[in-house]
Amino acid sequence: MIKKITILAIALLSSSLLSAQDIFDNARITGSFQTDVQFYRPDKAIGIYDTTILGRKVGINGYTNLTYSLGKFKAGLRYEAFMTPLSGFDPRQEGNGFPYIWASYSSDLIEITAGNFYEQFGNGLIFRTYEEWTLGYDNSMNGMRVVLYPAKGLTLKGVYGSQRFFWQKYERNSRGLVRGADAELNLNEAFTSFEGSGLRLSIGGSAVSKYQRDADPIYNLPENVGAFSGRFNLGAGNFSLMTEYAYKINDPSAANNFIYQNGQAVLSSLSYSQKGLGVVLQLKRVDNFSFKSDRTVTANALDINFLPPINRTHAYSLTAKYPYATQPNGEMGLQFQVNYKIPKGTLLGGKYGTGITLNFSQVNDIVRNQVNDTTAIMESGTLGYTSDFFKVSDHIFFRDFNIEIDKRFNSKLKGMVQYMNLLYDIATIEGHAGEEAVKAHLGVADFTYKLSSRNALRLEAQALITEQDEGDWAALMAEYTIAPKWFVAVADQYNYGNPDEDKRNHYYTVSAGYTRESTRLALTFGRQNEGVVCVGGVCRQVPASSGFTITLSTNF
Amino acid sequence: MKKLLIILLMGVLSISAFSQEASLPKVAIKTLDGQSFSTSDIKNDGKPIIISFWALWCKPCQKELDAFNELYAEWQEETGVKIYAISIDDSRSTARVAPLVKGKGWEFEVLLDPNGDFKRAMNVNMIPHTFLLDGNGKVVSQHTAYFDGAELELYEKVKKLVSKK
Repeated sequence: MIKKITILAIALLSSSLLSAQDIFDNARITGSFQTDVQFYRPDKAIGIYDTTILGRKVGINGYTNLTYSLGKFKAGLRYEAFMTPLSGFDPRQEGNGFPYIWASYSSDLIEITAGNFYEQFGNGLIFRTYEEWTLGYDNSMNGMRVVLYPAKGLTLKGVYGSQRFFWQKYERNSRGLVRGADAELNLNEAFTSFEGSGLRLSIGGSAVSKYQRDADPIYNLPENVGAFSGRFNLGAGNFSLMTEYAYKINDPSAANNFIYQNGQAVLSSLSYSQKGLGVVLQLKRVDNFSFKSDRTVTANALDINFLPPINRTHAYSLTAKYPYATQPNGEMGLQFQVNYKIPKGTLLGGKYGTGITLNFSQVNDIVRNQVNDTTAIMESGTLGYTSDFFKVSDHIFFRDFNIEIDKRFNSKLKGMVQYMNLLYDIATIEGHAGEEAVKAHLGVADFTYKLSSRNALRLEAQALITEQDEGDWAALMAEYTIAPKWFVAVADQYNYGNPDEDKRNHYYTVSAGYTRESTRLALTFGRQNEGVVCVGGVCRQVPASSGFTITLSTNF
Repeated sequence: MKKLLIILLMGVLSISAFSQEASLPKVAIKTLDGQSFSTSDIKNDGKPIIISFWALWCKPCQKELDAFNELYAEWQEETGVKIYAISIDDSRSTARVAPLVKGKGWEFEVLLDPNGDFKRAMNVNMIPHTFLLDGNGKVVSQHTAYFDGAELELYEKVKKLVSKK
């Protein structure tokens, strides 16, 4: 760490001294800061005990990000402190330091990054490093990246390094190494003759390999695992077609019960759009495609790739209560969405037009057959199974049908209503073995009334009706805003239908906040259910808590 | 020793912070149909630019962009301001962005930042986060969160920029 900072400091100093004039004329520094502080109360009803808090009573997550730029040179760092982490975060987050330090040089021909970086090849099926601060996820690379622009429309990328694993420093053989390359060609930019074809086309391909020593006493494991993918994006008039296919050689791991099957993944979407109408159909198949830089890790960490769940990401606390997560060992899914705006001046459109969104998604298991009569499906040390690419299992993991209508009634009142029908295989998705799949009806209504040009009142009501899991829920929220600076809100979520009468809890919160420019201070008091919370003009993913929360965020 | 170095580093950084020549960081992002786009191409002939970060799962963001859209024709006529809406949806939802944009009839330019590269370069912590740039591409004002009516204050600032010239 000291060495890294020394080098960075020297590099900065020397570059500064060499061209002292530049420091004052062209150099620039930007950054951001955020901290979340929670004062906890033990609250047995929602599962926060003295043992959860461990007597520490306060959780604080915070970071500061700085970026220095001087012409073609840039450097940056992020300091993080989780002391202790907020409840709901992985306890391995506890710690402080600089997990993200980098320097880069970029010209029209080449871009070099040394240190930590985030990168994605195509849709991420074989490589994606990213961070999601509010979820405490960060799988950044620590190594080098080179990006080349050798010809118009052509981009070449090469990366290597190790991945972040909470605060554990990389040491020889402590986890795997990742190497990868990607090429993308945009034909419209590369060949002027292509312009006249009326098509928009780009193609790309990538290869990623991980190395991890085989120290297994029983199995002979591949130390180098290669993954390959090819993709294209084709546009013609109002139509657009995207497809990516990925393949991985056998990679026995804790995630797939150490089977020697190869992996495959495909993601494809076809969309049509014109003014007032958008339609998209998306298909996906994933077969044995968990790809981590440590084969023994099963938790949500050290992922080399990203297998996107393609169902709609909902924006209200109850509709987002049962979110789907991709099953990397195998799934087949489809999604269909129509966005339509009924034009102004028609019977249903009224004076302002009416928006309609219709969305359907379903994900099933893949079909697995025995390799031979004597081998059980998914048996460790074998091929595991065979699977027909086009066959869909009857086992449904997830299904979501939803329709949303939004409308402005007059210059003061606007609103939206939503209905959702959900099937959620909680046993598979959350690992609650033996539990019955959740079948639920949900409704949301969200109306905003403008009291004056800057004062508005928003009311939100939600219901979730189900026989399974925690039973029925209802939620209400009222929010008063004074643009652009102030808000105050009260909300309650009530689990009135919980089969266990002792758990029919209210989750009430009172919150208020002040925003000026990009500085935002928000205070929340009460009991918070975990999930997506959109209040005070922003949306955040929050863990369950009880007590008092302060969020302060700014940038510069 | 370590602390000293950090202080030294911060010192160097802060010296240079006194004079800022702000122009947009150059990052490779995508257009709605998946073709590459460089943020250095965000331009408006010396007139103001609004850049707004949003996502499909963010209702306040969509309310803000709906509000912009209702006034966009008028704003453009009066000041020539140009709006870029940057979706930070990742590959789980990028396919749904274009249909939503067309379905809503948004008239401004919408771009995709599927791995958050532009978001990080602009130091965006939470969305919606909206930047106002002057004709030279310098950030003159920014705002997190959206409350009904905030677009009026933003537009006052746009008008001030235009009248200054």
